[in-house]
Amino acid sequence: MNAHRIRRGIGRVFFGLSVFALISPAILVFLWMLSLSLKNEVDNMSFVPVFIPNPPTLNNFIEVFERNDFLTYTINSVIVSFGATGLALLLGVPAGFGIAKAKAHRVAALIMIARVTPGLSYLIPLFLLFQWLGLTGTLTPLVITHLVITVPIVVWVMIGFFEGLPPDLEEAALVDGATIRQAFFHIALPLARPGIVVAMILAFIFSWNNFIFGVVLAGRATRTLPVAVYNVISFEQVSWGPLAAAALLVTLPVLALTLIMQKEIVAGLTAGGVKGG
Amino acid sequence: MNADVQTTAARAPSTGLRGRNYARKYWPFVVPAGVVVFAVIVFPWIFTLFMSMHEWDVRGTFTYVGFANYLRLPTDERFLWSVVRTLYFTALSVFFPVVLGVAAAVCFHRNFPLRGFARTVFILPMMATPVAIALVWTMMFHPQAGVLNYLLTSVGLPPSQWSYAASSVIPTLVLVETWQWTPLVMLIVLGGLASLPTDPFEAARIDGASAWDTFRHLTVPLVWPHIIVATVIRTIDALKAFDLIFVVSGGGPGTSSETINLYLYQTAFAFYNLGYAAAMTVVFFVIILLISLVLFTVRQREQWQ
Repeated sequence: MNAHRIRRGIGRVFFGLSVFALISPAILVFLWMLSLSLKNEVDNMSFVPVFIPNPPTLNNFIEVFERNDFLTYTINSVIVSFGATGLALLLGVPAGFGIAKAKAHRVAALIMIARVTPGLSYLIPLFLLFQWLGLTGTLTPLVITHLVITVPIVVWVMIGFFEGLPPDLEEAALVDGATIRQAFFHIALPLARPGIVVAMILAFIFSWNNFIFGVVLAGRATRTLPVAVYNVISFEQVSWGPLAAAALLVTLPVLALTLIMQKEIVAGLTAGGVKGG
Repeated sequence: MNADVQTTAARAPSTGLRGRNYARKYWPFVVPAGVVVFAVIVFPWIFTLFMSMHEWDVRGTFTYVGFANYLRLPTDERFLWSVVRTLYFTALSVFFPVVLGVAAAVCFHRNFPLRGFARTVFILPMMATPVAIALVWTMMFHPQAGVLNYLLTSVGLPPSQWSYAASSVIPTLVLVETWQWTPLVMLIVLGGLASLPTDPFEAARIDGASAWDTFRHLTVPLVWPHIIVATVIRTIDALKAFDLIFVVSGGGPGTSSETINLYLYQTAFAFYNLGYAAAMTVVFFVIILLISLVLFTVRQREQWQ
């Protein structure tokens, strides 16, 4: 009896340790990022690392805003990600509905091929095209190319969602003489709100995180945040504190969103394995 | 996901009752998105094919060169090496996340206090902005001032040059890639585990099967389709990896970590050799598609048996 209890106890400790081993790499890297951003340069460069900032300083964050046009880049990122996500919802939600109801699985497969295509293969032709149209140096090309990420995510999540909705209500409405458009706006759309939230969050995060489109298409004034942070390191003798602070600021909205909306995000990712670019 | 397309696609013709005419009424909902998808996704594909048959200069003027761009690829040593590196990087970046991701999924499938929170923390690496975490890892890899070498030497191990030496750069990139993408494998397999029937596991428990036997002979075969889907997705993503390599090593030192995607970027946007880059894109796309198809065929065969 006792031996059994001991074995179960050992099993529990072992399990606890494995969970700890699984999540500690994630925790440690983000904590190290925070630590770097709160220390002065001497502590950051010392061979014996200073793990806990003493005393912590906000100078790095101040420097990020003083030395760079960080506010402009933030506004750029907000415009591009909100624009591309909003447009994708306007287009993608009805499309997901149409594809799910018409069982147009070949269209769905096309979206999958878009998921397989490397981001650069869109950029080479689009880069040339935007040059011809004289759009380089504005945010428009960025919003348009980010649709490559956001539209497939929204369509994909919404197909799954509309397929999962019970058809009874909608069919009842159609039998009562409602048009398909009425059935969509008054019945399907309100029911699909949780799905729209999932689609919106995922599209926004993957647009916000995107780097490759910005690095090719953005000019000096139209950089998005990931591109701006990358450009900081192209200067020689870069100091680590401000760099870590900038990196933390860029990814903070995404981390916060993930922690707050974890249920929706997990649901969306489990269903889709979505990721753009 | 891919599984859903296939199974529902197979079912599609028998949905019968209302037939095609009814389906057509739903097309107006798809058309606006269809136009945009055509403009930003399908049109670039076609235009890339056109570009690959021409020579382009910076001002956008072009001349027809036939298949010259394609014929140049097999003679371009830098391209061939980038293919080798891509395959090497991909093999490692699929193996480790899939193995660890399945193990993690089994852990997170069990109930324990704070499970939801632990799972959220676990998926943070894949949600975080890739450029930001790539920068932090680069600082950790620094041979003199990086924290990793301090940790290695403090437990008596020799320091490494990490991403700063040709011999260790690709394994180093795989380390970050594994850290970042194990969570995606975990989520997909966890979804599979959640959909399993509980009876076989009950039976195994009553029969006194050990945890390892249950895992090997019950869990793995039952979630195998999900493991394959995760493997395919991971393979596609690893082949396409860009942000991480670009920020951490830039393809260097020298060209020692230059994958196809990195060389493609150089060719198109550093050398402005757009025609050649377009041809490389087409070949790259075909490689990705072929590898995904092979993996899916393997998967189908597994299902038939």
